[in-house]
Amino acid sequence: MTPRQRRLGLVVGIIVGVSIAGGLALSAFRKHVTFFFDPSQVASGQAPVGESFRLGGMVANGTVQRAPGSLEVRFTVTDFAHDVPVSYTGVLPDLFREGAGVVAQGHLRSDGTFVADEVLAKHDEKYMPPAVAKSLKRRHGEARSDPGS
Amino acid sequence: MRWTWFHRLASPPYLYGLAARLTPWFAWPAALLILGGLFAGLVLAPPDYQQGEGFRIIYVHVPSAWMSLMVYVTMGLAAAVGLIWRMKVAHAIAASCAPIGASFTVAALVTGSLWGKPMWGTWWVWDPRLTSELILLFLYLGFMGLRAGFDDTQRADRAGALLAIVGLVNVPIIHYSVIWWNSLHQAPSVLRFGKPTIPGAMLAPLLILLLGFTLFFAALLLVRVRAEILQRERTARWISETLSG
Repeated sequence: MTPRQRRLGLVVGIIVGVSIAGGLALSAFRKHVTFFFDPSQVASGQAPVGESFRLGGMVANGTVQRAPGSLEVRFTVTDFAHDVPVSYTGVLPDLFREGAGVVAQGHLRSDGTFVADEVLAKHDEKYMPPAVAKSLKRRHGEARSDPGS
Repeated sequence: MRWTWFHRLASPPYLYGLAARLTPWFAWPAALLILGGLFAGLVLAPPDYQQGEGFRIIYVHVPSAWMSLMVYVTMGLAAAVGLIWRMKVAHAIAASCAPIGASFTVAALVTGSLWGKPMWGTWWVWDPRLTSELILLFLYLGFMGLRAGFDDTQRADRAGALLAIVGLVNVPIIHYSVIWWNSLHQAPSVLRFGKPTIPGAMLAPLLILLLGFTLFFAALLLVRVRAEILQRERTARWISETLSG
Protein backbone atom coordinates (compact mmCIF):
# COMPACT_ATOMS: atom_id res chain seq x y z
CA MET A 1 0.00 0.00 0.00
CA THR A 2 1.42 3.35 -1.00
CA PRO A 3 1.35 6.25 1.47
CA ARG A 4 -1.25 7.94 -0.72
CA GLN A 5 -3.58 4.94 -0.54
CA ARG A 6 -3.07 4.86 3.22
CA ARG A 7 -4.09 8.52 3.46
CA LEU A 8 -7.11 7.87 1.23
CA GLY A 9 -8.08 5.03 3.54
CA LEU A 10 -7.64 7.32 6.54
CA VAL A 11 -9.95 9.97 5.07
CA VAL A 12 -12.60 7.41 4.09
CA GLY A 13 -12.26 5.83 7.53
CA ILE A 14 -12.80 9.16 9.27
CA ILE A 15 -15.93 9.89 7.23
CA VAL A 16 -17.39 6.41 7.78
CA GLY A 17 -16.50 6.41 11.48
CA VAL A 18 -17.91 9.85 12.20
CA SER A 19 -21.07 9.05 10.20
CA ILE A 20 -21.68 5.90 12.23
CA ALA A 21 -20.97 7.69 15.52
CA GLY A 22 -23.19 10.60 14.52
CA GLY A 23 -25.97 8.28 13.35
CA LEU A 24 -25.89 6.32 16.61
CA ALA A 25 -25.83 9.49 18.72
CA LEU A 26 -28.72 11.04 16.82
CA SER A 27 -30.85 7.90 16.99
CA ALA A 28 -30.13 7.61 20.73
CA PHE A 29 -31.23 11.22 21.24
CA ARG A 30 -34.11 10.89 18.82
CA LYS A 31 -36.65 11.99 21.43
CA HIS A 32 -34.68 15.11 22.23
CA VAL A 33 -33.89 16.01 18.64
CA THR A 34 -37.58 15.93 17.76
CA PHE A 35 -38.87 19.44 17.95
CA PHE A 36 -42.44 18.55 18.89
CA PHE A 37 -44.78 15.67 19.72
CA ASP A 38 -47.90 15.12 17.65
CA PRO A 39 -51.32 14.36 19.17
CA SER A 40 -50.94 10.60 18.55
CA GLN A 41 -47.69 10.55 20.49
CA VAL A 42 -49.40 12.48 23.30
CA ALA A 43 -52.31 10.00 23.26
CA SER A 44 -49.94 7.02 23.48
CA GLY A 45 -48.13 8.59 26.41
CA GLN A 46 -44.81 9.32 24.69
CA ALA A 47 -44.87 12.99 25.61
CA PRO A 48 -43.41 13.87 29.03
CA VAL A 49 -46.07 14.17 31.72
CA GLY A 50 -46.01 17.07 34.15
CA GLU A 51 -43.25 18.95 32.36
CA SER A 52 -43.13 21.37 29.52
CA PHE A 53 -43.00 20.02 25.95
CA ARG A 54 -44.00 21.11 22.45
CA LEU A 55 -47.16 19.93 20.76
CA GLY A 56 -47.39 20.10 16.97
CA GLY A 57 -50.13 19.44 14.45
CA MET A 58 -52.88 21.10 12.47
CA VAL A 59 -55.33 23.57 13.91
CA ALA A 60 -58.61 21.73 13.36
CA ASN A 61 -61.12 23.58 11.17
CA GLY A 62 -63.84 25.46 13.04
CA THR A 63 -62.35 25.03 16.50
CA VAL A 64 -60.74 28.45 17.10
CA GLN A 65 -62.67 30.32 19.78
CA ARG A 66 -61.62 33.65 21.21
CA ALA A 67 -62.82 34.74 24.63
CA PRO A 68 -64.35 38.24 24.27
CA GLY A 69 -62.43 41.01 26.03
CA SER A 70 -59.22 39.01 26.52
CA LEU A 71 -56.37 37.47 24.53
CA GLU A 72 -57.42 33.96 25.44
CA VAL A 73 -57.78 31.57 22.49
CA ARG A 74 -58.94 27.96 22.51
CA PHE A 75 -58.46 25.59 19.62
CA THR A 76 -57.93 21.90 18.88
CA VAL A 77 -54.67 20.52 17.51
CA THR A 78 -55.14 17.41 15.42
CA ASP A 79 -53.07 14.97 13.37
CA PHE A 80 -56.29 13.47 11.94
CA ALA A 81 -55.96 10.48 14.28
CA HIS A 82 -56.07 12.15 17.70
CA ASP A 83 -57.06 15.59 18.99
CA VAL A 84 -55.68 17.70 21.81
CA PRO A 85 -57.56 20.78 23.05
CA VAL A 86 -55.28 23.79 23.58
CA SER A 87 -55.72 26.95 25.59
CA TYR A 88 -53.45 29.95 25.03
CA THR A 89 -53.36 33.55 26.17
CA GLY A 90 -51.27 35.89 24.07
CA VAL A 91 -50.55 37.20 20.60
CA LEU A 92 -50.71 34.68 17.73
CA PRO A 93 -48.26 34.77 14.79
CA ASP A 94 -49.33 35.91 11.29
CA LEU A 95 -49.52 32.45 9.80
CA PHE A 96 -51.73 31.02 12.56
CA ARG A 97 -54.99 29.90 10.97
CA GLU A 98 -57.41 27.01 10.92
CA GLY A 99 -56.21 24.12 8.79
CA ALA A 100 -52.56 25.25 9.08
CA GLY A 101 -49.69 23.79 11.06
CA VAL A 102 -48.90 24.98 14.57
CA VAL A 103 -46.35 24.22 17.29
CA ALA A 104 -47.25 25.10 20.87
CA GLN A 105 -44.97 25.02 23.92
CA GLY A 106 -46.68 24.26 27.22
CA HIS A 107 -47.85 21.45 29.50
CA LEU A 108 -50.79 19.08 29.80
CA ARG A 109 -53.33 19.87 32.51
CA SER A 110 -54.88 16.96 34.37
CA ASP A 111 -58.14 17.38 32.42
CA GLY A 112 -56.27 16.72 29.15
CA THR A 113 -56.14 20.35 28.00
CA PHE A 114 -52.77 21.55 26.76
CA VAL A 115 -51.98 24.94 28.29
CA ALA A 116 -49.63 26.77 25.93
CA ASP A 117 -47.14 29.48 26.93
CA GLU A 118 -46.04 30.07 23.35
CA VAL A 119 -47.67 29.34 20.00
CA LEU A 120 -45.62 29.22 16.78
CA ALA A 121 -47.05 28.83 13.30
CA LYS A 122 -45.49 26.08 11.21
CA HIS A 123 -45.37 27.08 7.59
CA ASP A 124 -45.70 24.33 5.00
CA GLU A 125 -43.50 24.10 1.91
CA LYS A 126 -46.24 25.27 -0.48
CA TYR A 127 -46.06 28.63 -2.18
CA MET A 128 -48.89 30.01 -4.31
CA PRO A 129 -49.96 33.33 -5.82
CA PRO A 130 -53.20 34.60 -4.17
CA ALA A 131 -55.25 34.23 -7.38
CA VAL A 132 -54.33 30.55 -7.69
CA ALA A 133 -55.16 29.96 -4.03
CA LYS A 134 -58.53 31.64 -4.52
CA SER A 135 -59.49 29.54 -7.55
CA LEU A 136 -58.29 26.37 -5.84
CA LYS A 137 -60.45 27.25 -2.86
CA ARG A 138 -63.45 27.90 -5.07
CA ARG A 139 -62.97 24.55 -6.85
CA HIS A 140 -62.65 22.57 -3.64
CA GLY A 141 -65.29 24.61 -1.85
CA GLU A 142 -63.16 24.33 1.25
CA ALA A 143 -63.95 26.31 4.34
CA ARG A 144 -60.56 27.88 4.89
CA SER A 145 -59.96 31.03 6.78
CA ASP A 146 -59.39 34.26 4.87
CA PRO A 147 -55.96 34.11 3.19
CA GLY A 148 -55.79 37.85 2.69
CA SER A 149 -55.13 38.94 6.27
CA MET B 1 -3.53 8.30 -18.06
CA ARG B 2 -4.27 11.92 -18.87
CA TRP B 3 -3.67 13.38 -15.45
CA THR B 4 -1.44 16.17 -16.71
CA TRP B 5 -4.17 18.81 -16.23
CA PHE B 6 -4.51 17.74 -12.62
CA HIS B 7 -0.78 17.96 -12.02
CA ARG B 8 -0.62 21.32 -13.73
CA LEU B 9 -3.39 22.61 -11.44
CA ALA B 10 -1.22 21.61 -8.50
CA SER B 11 1.42 24.13 -9.57
CA PRO B 12 0.87 27.45 -7.74
CA PRO B 13 2.07 29.74 -10.57
CA TYR B 14 -0.20 27.98 -13.07
CA LEU B 15 -3.26 28.15 -10.80
CA TYR B 16 -2.47 31.78 -9.93
CA GLY B 17 -2.55 32.75 -13.60
CA LEU B 18 -5.54 30.55 -14.43
CA ALA B 19 -7.57 32.03 -11.57
CA ALA B 20 -6.84 35.55 -12.81
CA ARG B 21 -7.99 34.68 -16.33
CA LEU B 22 -11.13 32.87 -15.17
CA THR B 23 -12.38 35.43 -12.62
CA PRO B 24 -14.25 37.77 -15.05
CA TRP B 25 -15.96 34.77 -16.69
CA PHE B 26 -17.64 34.07 -13.37
CA ALA B 27 -17.94 37.56 -11.90
CA TRP B 28 -19.87 39.22 -14.75
CA PRO B 29 -22.51 36.50 -15.27
CA ALA B 30 -22.87 36.37 -11.48
CA ALA B 31 -23.54 40.13 -11.26
CA LEU B 32 -26.06 40.01 -14.13
CA LEU B 33 -27.88 36.94 -12.80
CA ILE B 34 -28.07 38.30 -9.24
CA LEU B 35 -29.36 41.73 -10.34
CA GLY B 36 -31.83 40.17 -12.79
CA GLY B 37 -32.92 37.50 -10.32
CA LEU B 38 -33.46 40.03 -7.53
CA PHE B 39 -35.56 42.22 -9.84
CA ALA B 40 -37.61 39.20 -10.96
CA GLY B 41 -38.02 37.94 -7.41
CA LEU B 42 -38.65 41.19 -5.57
CA VAL B 43 -40.73 42.97 -8.25
CA LEU B 44 -42.10 40.61 -10.92
CA ALA B 45 -43.00 37.47 -8.92
CA PRO B 46 -46.52 37.37 -7.45
CA PRO B 47 -46.96 37.58 -3.66
CA ASP B 48 -47.74 34.42 -1.70
CA TYR B 49 -51.34 33.61 -0.71
CA GLN B 50 -50.47 33.23 2.96
CA GLN B 51 -47.24 35.11 3.58
CA GLY B 52 -48.00 38.05 1.28
CA GLU B 53 -44.91 40.06 0.35
CA GLY B 54 -42.92 38.58 3.22
CA PHE B 55 -42.21 35.38 1.33
CA ARG B 56 -39.80 37.29 -0.95
CA ILE B 57 -37.06 36.83 1.63
CA ILE B 58 -36.65 33.31 0.20
CA TYR B 59 -34.89 34.92 -2.76
CA VAL B 60 -31.98 35.73 -0.46
CA HIS B 61 -32.47 33.12 2.25
CA VAL B 62 -32.65 29.98 0.10
CA PRO B 63 -29.64 30.76 -2.13
CA SER B 64 -27.59 31.70 0.96
CA ALA B 65 -28.53 28.50 2.77
CA TRP B 66 -27.85 26.45 -0.38
CA MET B 67 -24.44 28.09 -0.77
CA SER B 68 -23.58 27.57 2.89
CA LEU B 69 -23.81 23.82 2.20
CA MET B 70 -22.21 23.87 -1.22
CA VAL B 71 -19.22 25.89 -0.04
CA TYR B 72 -18.76 23.43 2.81
CA VAL B 73 -18.78 20.46 0.44
CA THR B 74 -16.23 22.25 -1.77
CA MET B 75 -14.10 22.98 1.27
CA GLY B 76 -14.31 19.40 2.57
CA LEU B 77 -13.46 17.88 -0.82
CA ALA B 78 -10.55 20.29 -1.34
CA ALA B 79 -9.27 19.47 2.13
CA ALA B 80 -9.50 15.72 1.39
CA VAL B 81 -7.64 16.14 -1.91
CA GLY B 82 -4.99 18.20 -0.11
CA LEU B 83 -4.61 15.56 2.56
CA ILE B 84 -4.51 12.54 0.25
CA TRP B 85 -2.40 13.93 -2.60
CA ARG B 86 -0.34 16.32 -0.41
CA MET B 87 -1.47 19.08 -2.73
CA LYS B 88 -0.71 22.53 -1.33
CA VAL B 89 -3.06 24.43 -3.62
CA ALA B 90 -5.97 22.20 -2.57
CA HIS B 91 -5.37 23.30 1.02
CA ALA B 92 -5.21 26.89 -0.23
CA ILE B 93 -8.64 26.39 -1.84
CA ALA B 94 -10.08 24.92 1.37
CA ALA B 95 -8.70 27.80 3.41
CA SER B 96 -10.18 30.31 0.94
CA CYS B 97 -13.63 28.70 1.13
CA ALA B 98 -14.11 29.10 4.87
CA PRO B 99 -14.78 32.87 5.22
CA ILE B 100 -17.08 32.80 2.16
CA GLY B 101 -19.06 29.87 3.54
CA ALA B 102 -19.26 31.43 6.98
CA SER B 103 -20.67 34.62 5.43
CA PHE B 104 -23.34 32.71 3.51
CA THR B 105 -24.24 30.82 6.70
CA VAL B 106 -24.63 34.08 8.63
CA ALA B 107 -26.78 35.47 5.81
CA ALA B 108 -29.00 32.36 5.88
CA LEU B 109 -29.36 32.49 9.67
CA VAL B 110 -30.09 36.24 9.81
CA THR B 111 -32.61 36.27 6.94
CA GLY B 112 -34.29 33.18 8.40
CA SER B 113 -34.54 34.86 11.77
CA LEU B 114 -36.01 38.05 10.26
CA TRP B 115 -38.64 35.92 8.48
CA GLY B 116 -39.26 33.72 11.51
CA LYS B 117 -40.33 36.56 13.78
CA PRO B 118 -43.45 37.63 11.84
CA MET B 119 -44.29 34.22 10.30
CA TRP B 120 -43.56 31.69 13.02
CA GLY B 121 -43.74 34.15 15.90
CA THR B 122 -40.15 33.75 17.07
CA TRP B 123 -36.65 34.90 16.08
CA TRP B 124 -35.04 31.61 17.02
CA VAL B 125 -36.00 28.09 18.13
CA TRP B 126 -33.78 25.09 18.83
CA ASP B 127 -35.26 23.26 15.89
CA PRO B 128 -33.13 20.52 14.20
CA ARG B 129 -32.70 22.55 11.00
CA LEU B 130 -31.77 25.78 12.74
CA THR B 131 -29.48 24.05 15.22
CA SER B 132 -27.61 22.05 12.56
CA GLU B 133 -27.15 25.21 10.47
CA LEU B 134 -25.73 26.99 13.52
CA ILE B 135 -23.33 24.05 14.01
CA LEU B 136 -22.26 24.59 10.39
CA LEU B 137 -21.35 28.18 11.25
CA PHE B 138 -19.30 26.94 14.22
CA LEU B 139 -17.56 24.41 11.94
CA TYR B 140 -16.52 27.21 9.60
CA LEU B 141 -15.37 29.41 12.49
CA GLY B 142 -13.63 26.45 14.15
CA PHE B 143 -11.82 25.64 10.90
CA MET B 144 -10.63 29.24 10.58
CA GLY B 145 -9.65 29.43 14.23
CA LEU B 146 -7.82 26.11 14.16
CA ARG B 147 -5.82 27.16 11.11
CA ALA B 148 -4.97 30.48 12.69
CA GLY B 149 -3.66 28.63 15.75
CA PHE B 150 -0.69 27.17 13.86
CA ASP B 151 2.35 29.17 12.77
CA ASP B 152 3.41 26.42 10.40
CA THR B 153 1.22 26.44 7.27
CA GLN B 154 1.68 22.73 6.62
CA ARG B 155 0.49 21.75 10.10
CA ALA B 156 -2.40 24.21 9.85
CA ASP B 157 -3.37 22.60 6.55
CA ARG B 158 -3.44 19.08 7.96
CA ALA B 159 -5.25 19.88 11.20
CA GLY B 160 -7.79 22.06 9.39
CA ALA B 161 -8.37 19.41 6.73
CA LEU B 162 -9.22 16.79 9.35
CA LEU B 163 -11.78 19.11 10.95
CA ALA B 164 -13.27 20.01 7.55
CA ILE B 165 -13.62 16.32 6.64
CA VAL B 166 -15.21 15.40 9.98
CA GLY B 167 -17.66 18.28 9.55
CA LEU B 168 -18.83 16.95 6.17
CA VAL B 169 -21.09 14.61 8.13
CA ASN B 170 -23.18 17.62 9.16
CA VAL B 171 -24.13 18.46 5.56
CA PRO B 172 -26.67 15.64 4.97
CA ILE B 173 -27.92 16.15 8.53
CA ILE B 174 -28.78 19.76 7.69
CA HIS B 175 -30.51 18.84 4.45
CA TYR B 176 -32.56 15.94 5.88
CA SER B 177 -33.20 17.47 9.32
CA VAL B 178 -36.65 18.66 8.22
CA ILE B 179 -37.53 15.19 6.88
CA TRP B 180 -36.07 12.92 9.58
CA TRP B 181 -37.47 14.81 12.55
CA ASN B 182 -40.46 16.91 13.42
CA SER B 183 -39.22 20.43 12.96
CA LEU B 184 -40.63 23.92 12.82
CA HIS B 185 -38.77 24.66 9.60
CA GLN B 186 -40.72 23.65 6.51
CA ALA B 187 -39.70 20.74 4.28
CA PRO B 188 -37.87 21.41 0.97
CA SER B 189 -39.99 22.96 -1.80
CA VAL B 190 -37.55 22.45 -4.67
CA LEU B 191 -35.03 19.68 -3.87
CA ARG B 192 -37.61 16.97 -3.19
CA PHE B 193 -39.03 13.88 -4.79
CA GLY B 194 -41.86 14.80 -7.12
CA LYS B 195 -42.79 18.21 -8.42
CA PRO B 196 -41.65 21.40 -6.69
CA THR B 197 -44.37 22.83 -4.47
CA ILE B 198 -43.71 26.32 -5.76
CA PRO B 199 -45.16 27.53 -9.09
CA GLY B 200 -42.95 28.47 -12.04
CA ALA B 201 -43.42 32.24 -11.73
CA MET B 202 -42.06 32.13 -8.18
CA LEU B 203 -39.51 29.39 -8.82
CA ALA B 204 -37.79 30.92 -11.88
CA PRO B 205 -36.25 33.90 -10.01
CA LEU B 206 -35.09 31.51 -7.30
CA LEU B 207 -33.28 29.28 -9.80
CA ILE B 208 -31.69 32.35 -11.46
CA LEU B 209 -30.45 33.49 -8.05
CA LEU B 210 -29.17 30.02 -7.14
CA LEU B 211 -27.06 30.02 -10.30
CA GLY B 212 -26.02 33.63 -9.71
CA PHE B 213 -24.92 32.92 -6.12
CA THR B 214 -23.00 29.84 -7.26
CA LEU B 215 -21.07 31.84 -9.88
CA PHE B 216 -20.54 34.62 -7.33
CA PHE B 217 -18.97 32.07 -4.99
CA ALA B 218 -16.74 30.78 -7.80
CA ALA B 219 -15.56 34.32 -8.59
CA LEU B 220 -14.91 35.11 -4.92
CA LEU B 221 -13.06 31.83 -4.49
CA LEU B 222 -10.78 32.55 -7.46
CA VAL B 223 -9.87 35.97 -6.06
CA ARG B 224 -9.27 34.58 -2.58
CA VAL B 225 -7.22 31.63 -3.88
CA ARG B 226 -4.87 34.07 -5.63
CA ALA B 227 -4.41 36.03 -2.41
CA GLU B 228 -3.85 32.80 -0.50
CA ILE B 229 -1.25 31.59 -3.02
CA LEU B 230 0.58 34.93 -2.85
CA GLN B 231 0.63 34.70 0.93
CA ARG B 232 1.95 31.12 0.92
CA GLU B 233 4.52 31.55 -1.84
CA ARG B 234 5.67 35.00 -0.80
CA THR B 235 9.33 33.94 -0.82
CA ALA B 236 9.16 32.07 -4.15
CA ARG B 237 10.98 33.51 -7.11
CA TRP B 238 8.10 33.17 -9.60
CA ILE B 239 6.17 35.77 -7.62
CA SER B 240 8.75 38.51 -7.94
CA GLU B 241 9.11 37.59 -11.60
CA THR B 242 5.33 37.64 -12.20
CA LEU B 243 4.66 40.83 -10.27
CA SER B 244 7.57 42.81 -11.68
CA GLY B 245 7.03 41.50 -15.20
